[in-house]
Amino acid sequence: MAAGNQKITNIVFYGIGGQGIVTMAEVCGWAAMLAGFHVKKTEVHGMAQRGGSVESYIRFGKKVFSPLPQTGTADYLICLHPEEHDRLKGELKKGGIDLFLYLQAAQQAVGEKKVFVNTFLLGVLSSYLSLDEKYWIQAMEKIFKRNLEENKTFFQQGRQAGGSL
Amino acid sequence: MKSKDTQQLVLFSGDEALAQGAFEAGLEFAAGYPGTPSTEIIEYLAQLPEVDVQWSVNEKVAFEVALAAAIGGKRSMYVSKHVGLNVAMDPLMTSAYVGVNAGFVVVVCDDPGMHSSQNEQDTRLFARAANVPLLEPSSPAEAKEFVKEAFDISERFDIPVIVRLTTRICHSKENVVKDERQPRATKPFEINMAKHVMVPRNALIQHEDLLRRIGALKAFSEKTKMNAIEKGEKIAFITSGVSYLYVKEIYPKAAILKLGMPYPFPEKKVKDFCKKNKNVYIVEELEPYLEEQARMLGVKFKAKHASFAIGEFRPEYIPFIVAGRSKPERKVPARPPMLCLGCPHRLVFGILKDLNVVVAGDIGCYTLGSLPPFSSLHTCLCMGAGVTFFEGLGRTIKDKKVIGIIGDSTFVHSGITGLINAAYNKAKGVIIILDNAITAMTGGQPNPAVGMTIRNEPTKKLVLEDLCRVAGADNVDVVDPTNVKDLEQLLRQRIGEEALSVVIVRKPCILLVQKMKKG
Repeated sequence: MAAGNQKITNIVFYGIGGQGIVTMAEVCGWAAMLAGFHVKKTEVHGMAQRGGSVESYIRFGKKVFSPLPQTGTADYLICLHPEEHDRLKGELKKGGIDLFLYLQAAQQAVGEKKVFVNTFLLGVLSSYLSLDEKYWIQAMEKIFKRNLEENKTFFQQGRQAGGSL
Repeated sequence: MKSKDTQQLVLFSGDEALAQGAFEAGLEFAAGYPGTPSTEIIEYLAQLPEVDVQWSVNEKVAFEVALAAAIGGKRSMYVSKHVGLNVAMDPLMTSAYVGVNAGFVVVVCDDPGMHSSQNEQDTRLFARAANVPLLEPSSPAEAKEFVKEAFDISERFDIPVIVRLTTRICHSKENVVKDERQPRATKPFEINMAKHVMVPRNALIQHEDLLRRIGALKAFSEKTKMNAIEKGEKIAFITSGVSYLYVKEIYPKAAILKLGMPYPFPEKKVKDFCKKNKNVYIVEELEPYLEEQARMLGVKFKAKHASFAIGEFRPEYIPFIVAGRSKPERKVPARPPMLCLGCPHRLVFGILKDLNVVVAGDIGCYTLGSLPPFSSLHTCLCMGAGVTFFEGLGRTIKDKKVIGIIGDSTFVHSGITGLINAAYNKAKGVIIILDNAITAMTGGQPNPAVGMTIRNEPTKKLVLEDLCRVAGADNVDVVDPTNVKDLEQLLRQRIGEEALSVVIVRKPCILLVQKMKKG
């Protein structure tokens, strides 16, 4: 996908507070911006940090207007909580890709290190998007202040798992 | 000439972009009180050593200190959420009379849809009421540019300028380019009592001068590029703020009059636009402000169904507005927030549930005590009302005891005046101060009772128990809620007494403790 393309890519990340939803979207947003796209990122959550539902939206393309995508236009759904999954299924467009089926794989891959589930799933997402890998690495270096190397490792695992299910 | 390599591309929220824009414009002083969605503006500025930044005790204090800094000669800024401006309404209403000297920008973040607020008030109406010009950016990148304009307008017309953001702009991010700061020399302060002492004789003259300045600002509003026309076909929109982006999303080829400066209202521009275009629609969130202004001009247009005055817009609502239909129902049940597991407030609400009392609540995390499983906080109006509602309800309800409950930061913000009032007017009963040593709801800001400044420098610590005693409380107890039985026993005892008692329940916020462990 070239930066001159008119197409807007819409991605929805969701789950509950404390799962790293916003951080995932942040890394994805930086990667798309570094790749030369106009990016908009927005969240829907109630009172932050209190265990409520969290939704984060990334849109990127040559020029993006609305920060919120229209309902039912998501190209990708990434859900981190089984109880939340059904809630936003309607956001996915026809032919869009639901990456929820990778949640189990992510949980198995990280084992006890649950904080890396989001990074693994980011890796899965990255395999579907044609943003150069170097931009993902740069974005992670920008956002992950702690455990950068481990994050990179789980990102790569996810990236390799992408497309396998 | 700025070299390209001094510029830096970042993914910034509206809050960060606005703060960076103010910094680039030579901002030297900023004051605010935390409140979603405005908090990150002051937090961003606190990272920049060139700017003198503070969390003030409340918004009224913040506004006055910041306005005075501008009158003193330094570009300065006030920051709060929409309801925070209510607390600062007193200085706001006279600020346009006295003017500014160096630029003074009033940043107010509205919360359509109430992501974290007690109402949906629309700051555009306040601009009209106070005769203060208002700018309304549509996106983070625009927020950065508009705040610079705001400083220039403020100095040129000697008037405070409101920049209004909404949650969707504050908390959404986009590509933003950071530029260099343009430092500005301090403007000399001159003693000018006719301008700065608002007694009737002086204020009458300043009121007249204000109307002259507003007249000049009306002419400016007709010319400014912030009120921009985009040519298009078939359908036309007058819009502002984030609504503009929703219109562009759905009708990219429409003619648009985008009102980046909706007050003073550019009457001629709107008249011309409505004359030149057919099928004009006014699209705006919340109050029908643009609509009412346009109605007074007698021009032809259509506006939203009244149901759209409630809540936040979404892009897919625009066709409903065009069709004259009411707002569609959106069935997405979100998981409600709750008090964190391990939160010390939970212990208190567990006891209150058993006490069979009426609990006058306040604003903070602990407002969540109204939700199951506790359901033991029964009122919440505004900052400080945990104390004043305690007094008012206590004076009327006789078959049950009334308890007031308020957080440490909220108590310092505006609970203390209620306590002085209660003591002075001989009220009896129990007020609980939940002291978790932080302003937790907004993400953990220090306040005077913490003894740290916004930059985590040690400062004078306000001792709440001393403050309550001098305010007139008969008993002041400080307890750790971990000792649940002791706390329950104490509350039962104090409730039974004919005295005004404050029980300070002290234990740090669990998030604060976790943060400190992580370093």
